[in-house]
Amino acid sequence: MSGAHPTPHPRLQHHFDSLEQQFEASALGMWLFLVTEILFFGGLFMAYMIYRLTYPEAFAEASHELDVVLGGINTAVLISSSLTMAMAVWSAQLGRRTGQLLFLGLTIGLGLVFLGIKAVEYGHKFEHGLVPGPNFRFESARDPVHSQLFFSLYFIMTGLHAVHMIVGIGLMAVLFVLAFKGRFTRAYHTPVEVSGLYWHFVDIVWIFLFPLLYLIDRHGTVGH
Amino acid sequence: MAHDMTAAAGANGEDMQGATHLVPVRVYLTIFTLLMILTATTVGVSFLDLGPFNTVVAIVIAVTKMMLVILYFMHVRYSTRLTWAVVAGGFFWLALLLLLTLGDYLTRGPGWLRFG
Repeated sequence: MSGAHPTPHPRLQHHFDSLEQQFEASALGMWLFLVTEILFFGGLFMAYMIYRLTYPEAFAEASHELDVVLGGINTAVLISSSLTMAMAVWSAQLGRRTGQLLFLGLTIGLGLVFLGIKAVEYGHKFEHGLVPGPNFRFESARDPVHSQLFFSLYFIMTGLHAVHMIVGIGLMAVLFVLAFKGRFTRAYHTPVEVSGLYWHFVDIVWIFLFPLLYLIDRHGTVGH
Repeated sequence: MAHDMTAAAGANGEDMQGATHLVPVRVYLTIFTLLMILTATTVGVSFLDLGPFNTVVAIVIAVTKMMLVILYFMHVRYSTRLTWAVVAGGFFWLALLLLLTLGDYLTRGPGWLRFG
């Protein structure tokens, strides 16, 4: 069922029959990329799994050095940003420019809040000598040798996640400018939807990072 | 067909060929609320002593949150089977990575895994 319209939509590329098919192809392409990202982070989660099972005491005590309150707030911030992202897509689907700008702006803002809190946390770690390397000075009481493993994984995994956040914020900024210029309409708003998929994925990674890094054996540690 | 495909004109007269499923806002707000409740739950439960089940509960909650984001925020619930297959394939591959590696370690002889 194609060729029903005399003038193809300006955004419809010649090798697609319809905008809908074109959108599905774009979304599928983004999902294929996200699948590679699942395995990218997956390798780190696998390393985490093996080392946590091998050195449970070191991991538990090292984990207690992380701030559950800040981590929890960051989790709430990212979940909220996924809501605002979904609303940005919703606004794009309805062709509402104000909504697009509002929700893209909020998403960017929440992303920056997340990174700000992460920067504060990293600052704490540097001050307390929790960065792996020659100046590392945390010793788990029950397994002094292997605490650095936890912090290595902490920095690599949250660091890689933060890099993804920065890229995501960059994407949102580009979308904001395009939305401002009225590029997205009811008929064509693929970049918003597809970038939304990326943003939600980065949120999902944090959804796993938070309990695995911050919440190891927290019972008995009320009040951090 | 999962998509809201109409050949009718949109509000401004443009063609609606590219229209994708519009999820009601209240669905998004419900999912958001659930995600926040699950986050609070996972933090709260972590302060209870459930032995090895602390980790199990944490993972189950995280997987639930992930499914909510994937199905509703990422629209997979309203997507084509092809999309479903690609998403499922990604997680299947991850499962292979995790399970086969665990299998390697678990079969290296006794003493590796301790519930400390």
